[in-house]
Amino acid sequence: MPHRFRVAIVGSGPAGLSAAARAAQLGMSHVLLEKTDHLSDTIYKYQKGKYVMATPSNLVLRSDFDFDAGIREDILGTWDRQVEECKVNVRLNADVTKITGTKGNFTIELKGGDTIEAEAVVLGIGTQGNPNLLRAPGGERKHVQYQLDDPGEYYDEHITVIGSGDAGIENALGLAKDAKQNNIVTILNRSADFARAKKGNVDALIEAEQEGRVIVRRETSPAEVKDGELVLETPNGQETIRCDRIIARMGSKPPRDFVEACGIQFTSEDRDAFPQLSPSFETTQPGIHVIGALAGYPLIKHCMNQGYDVIEFLNGNSQLKPADQPILEERFAALPGNRPVEEWLELFNTNIVILRDLSPLQMRELMLDSTVHSYRKGEVIFERNAEGSSMFAIGQGSVAVEINPADPSITVPIGTGSIFGEVGLISGRKRGSTIRAAEDTICVEFSRNAALKLIATNPAAGRAVNRIFIERQLLQMFGSGLAPADIAELVDTAEVMQVRAGQKVVEEGGEDKDIFVIRRGSMIVEKDLGGKPVFLSYLPAGSYFGEMAVIDGSKRTATVKAAIKSEVIKLPGDAFLKVMEANPRLRERALADMRARRKTNQFIESRKESFSSAVDLYTATAQFLINEGIGDATDVLLIDEKLCVGCDNCEKACADSHDGLSRLNREAGTTYAHLHVPTSCRHCEHPHCMADCPPNAIKRGVDGEVFIDETCIGCGNCQRNCPYGVIRMDAKPPKKPGILSWIFFGRGPGPGEPSYYWRKKKMEEAEAATGKKPGKFAIKCDMCQGIAGGPACVRACPTGAAIRVSPERFLSVTRFAEETD
Amino acid sequence: MASIPEDKPVGASAIEQRRAADHESFLSHKRLRWLKIATVFCLVAILIYAFTPFEPRANGGTWYGYTLGTIGALLIVWLSLLGIRKRRMTEGHWSLKAWTSAHVYLGLALIVIATLHTGFQFGWNVHTLAYALMMLVIVSGIYGITVYAMLPQRLSDNRKDMTTEMMVEALGALDRQLASAAQPLDRADADMVLAALDQDPFGFGLWTRLSGNYRRCATQKALDHFSGGYAEDSVDGRIRSLLSRRRAQLAQMRRHMKLKAMLEVWLFVHIPVTIALLAALTVHIVSVFFYW
Repeated sequence: MPHRFRVAIVGSGPAGLSAAARAAQLGMSHVLLEKTDHLSDTIYKYQKGKYVMATPSNLVLRSDFDFDAGIREDILGTWDRQVEECKVNVRLNADVTKITGTKGNFTIELKGGDTIEAEAVVLGIGTQGNPNLLRAPGGERKHVQYQLDDPGEYYDEHITVIGSGDAGIENALGLAKDAKQNNIVTILNRSADFARAKKGNVDALIEAEQEGRVIVRRETSPAEVKDGELVLETPNGQETIRCDRIIARMGSKPPRDFVEACGIQFTSEDRDAFPQLSPSFETTQPGIHVIGALAGYPLIKHCMNQGYDVIEFLNGNSQLKPADQPILEERFAALPGNRPVEEWLELFNTNIVILRDLSPLQMRELMLDSTVHSYRKGEVIFERNAEGSSMFAIGQGSVAVEINPADPSITVPIGTGSIFGEVGLISGRKRGSTIRAAEDTICVEFSRNAALKLIATNPAAGRAVNRIFIERQLLQMFGSGLAPADIAELVDTAEVMQVRAGQKVVEEGGEDKDIFVIRRGSMIVEKDLGGKPVFLSYLPAGSYFGEMAVIDGSKRTATVKAAIKSEVIKLPGDAFLKVMEANPRLRERALADMRARRKTNQFIESRKESFSSAVDLYTATAQFLINEGIGDATDVLLIDEKLCVGCDNCEKACADSHDGLSRLNREAGTTYAHLHVPTSCRHCEHPHCMADCPPNAIKRGVDGEVFIDETCIGCGNCQRNCPYGVIRMDAKPPKKPGILSWIFFGRGPGPGEPSYYWRKKKMEEAEAATGKKPGKFAIKCDMCQGIAGGPACVRACPTGAAIRVSPERFLSVTRFAEETD
Repeated sequence: MASIPEDKPVGASAIEQRRAADHESFLSHKRLRWLKIATVFCLVAILIYAFTPFEPRANGGTWYGYTLGTIGALLIVWLSLLGIRKRRMTEGHWSLKAWTSAHVYLGLALIVIATLHTGFQFGWNVHTLAYALMMLVIVSGIYGITVYAMLPQRLSDNRKDMTTEMMVEALGALDRQLASAAQPLDRADADMVLAALDQDPFGFGLWTRLSGNYRRCATQKALDHFSGGYAEDSVDGRIRSLLSRRRAQLAQMRRHMKLKAMLEVWLFVHIPVTIALLAALTVHIVSVFFYW
């Protein structure tokens, strides 16, 4: 072909289209190459009638083409029309196989042998052609598909959608939309919340779940695909469901081979890495530009803006600022020094460890969701016990953590580039320490959702956060005598392992030599005595195990298995030994732990001879409590049914201490060996209820209690997410007359929760008087937070049947010894 | 091989205290603290009584009589306040279990205190009436302690993870099945089933509830009527199997009600008599001072 284009744009998605439109408007000679016979294949393949959203809403659209939230057909129609109007030079059915040459002289080979010459190339090919595959056994079966064109085609099927991103949620909703299709739709989410998806989609999914149209399974992943069945890995072990079709929407990866063959380098070796780009979208191969999803921007608005920008840059417009510039300028205005946005972005990008892998564009996007602060030396960033679930990163300066509340002068420094406040991301605890700026400091504050999204979508950030988590956990566990440098090797070799409920981490008699730290979940330790597993102890999150075999080189003396789905950090024994040898205090501590552990083993073994049945009962009771979800709990109400006379004073006391509604159901729940687990909150270490609370109203108090504050909007998500059924939705009844006027004059309904009829009558009266209908809000145990004397249920038990226990203390050999002696 | 984290976020002992996790019954509360206090008190009272010469004789009018009388009267008032303590969920570090424990042992100590206070002088008067009422309260209380110690376990065994509500629902479900299964029956047979369904399971008296002897049970009568020899899948066989399931469900509920009644029935003596005792005690005290 004799003609050489100024620019060849590969891919006609939102990015490519917008670039071509800009080129057409500028009168630049261009060609838009599209592999298929229609424009914008990714959106073309969206489900029919799909509602396409326009996020982020605070981003200004800058393109010659229009785009606003609307249904797929309208959007494609508008673009088709505008392609005509702008006289964009489109070449359909042009599948690019190879790009060779250098800046000013590229040759683009097409399938079929044609070539096109261009001075510059813009790649906007997206990632949809390269979906992530289902890697569970059986994932290659025919009923697994990676795309859903028309959800209306499927009838009477059990369909499982895998993936918690927008595509997965939209597919699930599409399949379940028309009840007449009679599909049973399940969506699996590996984690507890939908951090990757747009809020609108998540809300719609939750609504569908409430209405029973879609089954949402959280913390669940596929284990094996069988014909007509799917084996699931749930927090409580494996489960098989019926499944006629699997739609896997687990994201997609850049078509790396093709891109690399063009001479373009990626930011890292990671599977999820993106091409390395300059601020003008130029790759390491000068003259080739990458925009859109391939550059790491799956959102349509971003793509269109980049299409516009890249052509402006090519046209020599070096003064062009990104469309989000004014928003960021405003955001950074509070920082000292009056520096331009680019400088700040550059500073954060280089200084902050977890942001290092982010492209300038990803940085910009993240900053739109974050806030920046500047603190003077000594200024408090947050106080101990303050509410807060955001995570901070230090862009410049350093902070001091007050580790001893009694003596603020004892501090631990955290330097430039590191993060703090990360604990709130995990278990919703209040701020553990007061943190001050040690010098004039600049911090970036990420909201909980933005931080979770960053960790979930950027593997390098995930790894960096992970490393800090591990380091802090080890330092906290092994005492203050250690410095980060002492354990650097240990942290480097640490490996995080996911463990299924019931999976063995250490097996008795094994010869492996590793040490494990429980990061999430809990473990039970068992020993085989006379062919039967005997329960030895319960290990909550934050404990470590496996050091015995490492220290004295013996075989494993007991089996350790997960009580619930857990996460452990595996540390190689050698590295641990080295750290131990260098630190006498740690050595002492480990040896003391080991001695205590030995004593337990010996005690149980000696008991087994004389009190075999007691030991069996202890094991069986422990197993029962674990099955009841005690492995999740930090504080649980138990009722000794050898003492409970059924007076329900615990329930009455609960109601009378909390606005007249009881938060526990004594009779409900299960019993083993006269130990009853009533329906009442057990204040999980990783609360399921907290996962999906739109106003973030579920928090953890200073005593470890999980409570709901007054910002509850009554959506009921927590009630659905709680696997133990301990949250109720109800309206606060009006105050009742006092106890003495009930005793002496019979006024009011008496102690305890008033009957439904009394409440209904009084509420109707109140409604008539005020004209306001009281809303129903989520109600759950708050461990009598703020009430002197502690939990009313326990205080009000006349016989001592009601006790509140922490599992690690209740399931301990000490208690067993006391009770059998 | 393992360790529990040492530094829990906030003082673990404080949390433990909030939990009040001491797993002890009200009878053995704090290693029998109140039993020890009551026993020592009674022994001292008996020794003083035995070794002090009272002139002309021991009775409520001596210095010792007044002392014991005052202690006894105050104790009775305090013991009766348990009813209010139990129902008033105020804040503070009190435990109803500790109150119950003290209530039991100090209440039993009243036997000694009040008897010594009388100086073994009894008669047909308001004074002895107060004493008799007090003893009645104590005896009913002893029954209460006994059932509290013995029955909870049986209540739990009988319940088998079912709540009262679930039992009633289970009965309702059986009744619906029975009603539809009985459609093909003739008049006489159907009447037997209907009689069983129509009988209010709670409509029996207190005595029946306590004894567990339900002689008028229409379900049993209907079962006797469908006395057997039916094929499993015949209408009569199905009715019979449903009736026997209904009987089993009723039996569970009746055992539940019986145990609950036994756990509660004494309170219908204990509390009204306490009120009568407080009245008699007032009369006793007023009259003693009036005739001084």
